[in-house]
Amino acid sequence: MEGEELRLDGNAIAGTLGEVFVEEMTSARIACEGCGSVESVGAEHAYVQAPGIVLRCTHCDSALLVMTRTGSRMRIWFPRSRWLETGEPGND
Amino acid sequence: MARAAVRGRLNWTLGEVVELIDETPRVRSIVLDVPDWPGHRAGQHVDLRLTAEDGYQAQRSYSIASSPEDARLTITVEGLPDGEVSEYLVGELRRGDKLELRGPIGGFFVWEAVSGGPLLLVSGGSGIVPLMSMLRHREAADATIPTKLVSSSRSWDEVIYRDELERLAAAANGPEVIHTLTRSQPPGWTGYARRVDGAMLAEVAWAASSMPMTFVCGPTSFVESVAAALVLLGYPATSVKTERFGPTGG
Repeated sequence: MEGEELRLDGNAIAGTLGEVFVEEMTSARIACEGCGSVESVGAEHAYVQAPGIVLRCTHCDSALLVMTRTGSRMRIWFPRSRWLETGEPGND
Repeated sequence: MARAAVRGRLNWTLGEVVELIDETPRVRSIVLDVPDWPGHRAGQHVDLRLTAEDGYQAQRSYSIASSPEDARLTITVEGLPDGEVSEYLVGELRRGDKLELRGPIGGFFVWEAVSGGPLLLVSGGSGIVPLMSMLRHREAADATIPTKLVSSSRSWDEVIYRDELERLAAAANGPEVIHTLTRSQPPGWTGYARRVDGAMLAEVAWAASSMPMTFVCGPTSFVESVAAALVLLGYPATSVKTERFGPTGG
């Protein structure tokens, strides 16, 4: 368990996400492969103290999204998430 | 109605410090003029980046305190012991200085007058900053949505925006403001004097049946204990939006 007091939420990584994604990402939905839950990125747990940023499922702690920077390169991977959906929910 | 969702990627820009306001002995508001600022929504934040002469950079996120209706962008910063960025912002920054920032950022922890309510805002310490943007927006938009703010501070002298909160609360259709002072209380204090807990929220928060929209902001432990207490009171977890400031806040 990473230090509970170091736990932030998806809001804290929105600036970094904004370097890559054009759309506002904290209100995007992300589906967890570990427990099947779907939450807004802003509602998930985030850890920014690690070398890189980790977004974890608020329900089962699965690593949903990891971002690391090496020089000018940004790598994003999705260890335990099924999908990421942008746009306003329920608008279609 | 979907707002214009398409925008460019986030880029760094420069804002000029046009005013500094001491809110409490440790907390300062920084009013910025940011050319071509695209506007923001209440609850959003900016990233701020400081660069030392040797090229070392430090970056922090700060909530926006001003209302979207305000032409000037205001952030409020708590000076933290050994906080390399916050100590500079609270202690050294002067009018006319330029700050590198990017934003507005976020869209999840956002309230707009058209979002409705009733509205419940719960803050721990400087967690009040984004909630103040919501209260200022509510006033600027002439919204009458029933609103309560539960604000936890260490002492009366450490209540950020204290005078403005009193003014807002006294206005017709103003928000109800409930203070709790956790460390010391002025003589004759009759309000709460403990950390926000389930019993307090049961007394002062909206009934879950009124379907409130709730925003909780503050240190991580504060936010998580308040959110858990609200869920025990019957608030749907998805109706309680949270923003954690980490171990120290700000």
